[in-house]
Amino acid sequence: MRDTAVAGLAPVRDVLSNGARVIVQETSFSPSVTISASFRAGGLYEPAGLPGLAWFLGRVIDRGTADRSAGQIAETLDESGVALKVSVNRHTLALSCTCLSEDFETILAVMADVARRPAFPEAEIEKRRAEIITSIRQDDDNPAVCAHEALQRLLYGGEHPYGRPGKGTIAGAEAVTRDALRAFHAGRFAPAALSLAIVGDVPPARALACAGDVLGDWDAPAPPERAVPPVPHPSARQCVVVPMREKPQSDIAYGFVTIARLDPSYYACWMLNNILGQFGIGGRLAENIRERQGMAYYAFSAFDPSVGPGPLVVRAGVDPRNVDRAVAAIDYEVAVLADGGPTDQEVEETRQFLVGSIPRLLETNQSIAAFLQTSEFFGLGPDYDRRLPGLIEAVTREDIEAAGRAILEPSRAAVAVAGPVPAEP
Amino acid sequence: MIPMAVSDAPSAPAVRAVSLDNGLRVLVKEVHAAPLVSVWCWYRVGSGDEPPGLTGVSHWVEHMNFKGTVNISRDQMKGIVEKFGGTWNGYTWIDQTTYLETAAPSALDQMLFIEAERMTNGLYEPEECESERTVIISELQGGDNDPDQLLDTEVTATAFRAHPYRHPTIGWVDDLRAMGRDDLYGHYRRHYVPASATLVIVGDVDADDVLRTVDRRFGRIPAGTSPVRRRAPEPPQVGERRVLIERDGTTAYLKFAWHAPAASGADFFPMLVLDAALTGAKGVNLWSSFRGMPPQRKARVYTALVERGLASMVSGALIPTAEPFLYSLSLTATEGVSLASLEAAAVAAIEEVRARGLTEAEVARAKRQLRARLVFETDSVTNIAHQLGYFATVAGDGYFERITAGVEAVTPEQVADVARRRLARDQRTTGWFQPLERGA
Repeated sequence: MRDTAVAGLAPVRDVLSNGARVIVQETSFSPSVTISASFRAGGLYEPAGLPGLAWFLGRVIDRGTADRSAGQIAETLDESGVALKVSVNRHTLALSCTCLSEDFETILAVMADVARRPAFPEAEIEKRRAEIITSIRQDDDNPAVCAHEALQRLLYGGEHPYGRPGKGTIAGAEAVTRDALRAFHAGRFAPAALSLAIVGDVPPARALACAGDVLGDWDAPAPPERAVPPVPHPSARQCVVVPMREKPQSDIAYGFVTIARLDPSYYACWMLNNILGQFGIGGRLAENIRERQGMAYYAFSAFDPSVGPGPLVVRAGVDPRNVDRAVAAIDYEVAVLADGGPTDQEVEETRQFLVGSIPRLLETNQSIAAFLQTSEFFGLGPDYDRRLPGLIEAVTREDIEAAGRAILEPSRAAVAVAGPVPAEP
Repeated sequence: MIPMAVSDAPSAPAVRAVSLDNGLRVLVKEVHAAPLVSVWCWYRVGSGDEPPGLTGVSHWVEHMNFKGTVNISRDQMKGIVEKFGGTWNGYTWIDQTTYLETAAPSALDQMLFIEAERMTNGLYEPEECESERTVIISELQGGDNDPDQLLDTEVTATAFRAHPYRHPTIGWVDDLRAMGRDDLYGHYRRHYVPASATLVIVGDVDADDVLRTVDRRFGRIPAGTSPVRRRAPEPPQVGERRVLIERDGTTAYLKFAWHAPAASGADFFPMLVLDAALTGAKGVNLWSSFRGMPPQRKARVYTALVERGLASMVSGALIPTAEPFLYSLSLTATEGVSLASLEAAAVAAIEEVRARGLTEAEVARAKRQLRARLVFETDSVTNIAHQLGYFATVAGDGYFERITAGVEAVTPEQVADVARRRLARDQRTTGWFQPLERGA
């Protein structure tokens, strides 16, 4: 297994006759298995008027099926020490968990049943609805979430699937009905929309046989694809303040719309973001805002390209009196990197870091499953971990400089601040 | 396929334990599953070792130990491990301060160099200390943005009268404003000695090579004297304590805290099983196991409160510590549910367990969950190294290896007994965060 790890991943990929894709990577570092079942059923596919429907479905999908009550599912999961997690983003809804190898068949069978035949009992819908509304209310009191959501709205507009909050709104959660959940499930959950990753201490033949047993007889038409709505490209700077009176700290979210994941400039943009707000403790941004000015515990940037053009978001949490100074520091670093590009040393350090960090990206079964799901989603190929170093090595300083000029422009930035600051940022 | 027995988990056998002449404890374990090595350097100093007026000094010292040494400038410090694709970090808590790097095995010598420099040669330049003061106050204020964390700080400070576990690891803000460079440097020199440290190396390495490199990097560091730990004992609690926070907010939070056994206490494993039965098993890895939700849908407190619509979230926390800390139960009130009714239902659920204990099936499920979680939380070289160093620091050699068997040996009678004794009302601190409408 040592040689396998050094050489990279060697996943076994199979497409069942009904179109379900199954990807298996055997590992030996823990007697456990991570299972991830990802469906193209994220927020993008929600019908008009029901924002947060995908999120809601994720909260209730595992609370009873045609064959198993909510209590029976809970019993099986709890007896195995398994916490089933449902993650919903713009494009996908994924069920995932880690179980002991000896429980693999049992847990995969429950997950397949949950994905295929959820019953959406009314009592469960009402309990989960109250939890979702509480959770949205908690977010309304969280400056980090408020700043981030306000920025998404500025960048994409509140109706765009990339611009509205994943949990939706309280009104949306109140409007969800059992019929809406059933219709969304029937329209989006099908073998052709599924990518199942199985990573851990299980031989591929056993994993594939088990997947075939629980999914092979699933017959449902492939859901139609839906295009990402056009993304506005603002020509002017936009600012918004979310007042939160008693909070001790203000949160800043500052960003731009960038590129889609499959854009040829992806690797240059990735390296650009690493230099701007990731390398070390948070790139040039943290060097300025945290290390030199001592203004913030965190200052970093995150780059999140997707099927459509995703955002590059700068985040910092600062004393409310320092908001203007911090935004000025972000503007400065963004403009300097856009104008002058990175130094040769920064390019070399970032290249070494990103290439060298690939084994660490594959340190656990969970992280391998996430890597394989991303590769599958974007069609990057089963050998992507081995091709990745070459793709990073091929990026030049000039490529990164050009990416910076294309993306980083303070006069077109969107800026959201949440906290006790009455002034404009 | 023969299921692997849990005793064959990668964390179980073959840890090389060596003490250098200067007292540095070294633990090495070969794990060849991935081309990675994780180095953790642990110091037996945390916020529970701070005198009044210097709360937060251990954590601030941790920050300063990323700000350059005699032989590694601040700018270089962050590039060394990155060149090898590595990650680095550190944390401070009530009993310990620790630093880690995980990177390619070719980086091992550089990682050990950083840790040896950190042990002896920190710069503590006055202007860097000043700049870090406001970074840490920003960290504190960011935490106080979260009402649940604010409540946690207040409940902990209320549950302890004398023991230094009462103050938050980050410190009280007035102490952070008052202390200076000499306080930081004095604390650093007192505690950063080989005799107070444990160095852990786990990964794709040869143990003999590692020990030779460790000796070369650390062997000549003077032994120093490990400070004697003198913590004020906590007097027995004689009645329930309560704290009420009323502030702007949207959501009500309820928190209970009871005095917990130390990791090495006889009650610890029964309490761990009790917590698993009440709120779902998390495990015992402070680095990775307390994120995300545990398996808890059949757990007592979950079924009593979440399934009845009173709470939207419940979580329990029993964290292994050197001296008796707290067992806490945190609840988020569902929108529209009053804290009084939530508290009444939670207390009824706890009193039911105190009066009648748990069923054999509940205890068996809790133990099975813990067995699985102990496997999940040692799934990487980083996590294995954390666990070895953590338990060597808070509970001594060999404890980590005994956890699985310790959990397995717990009986329903022991669980009922710790519930009865330890979750009594007069041992409880109850905290409310009552939100006020914004602008009221």
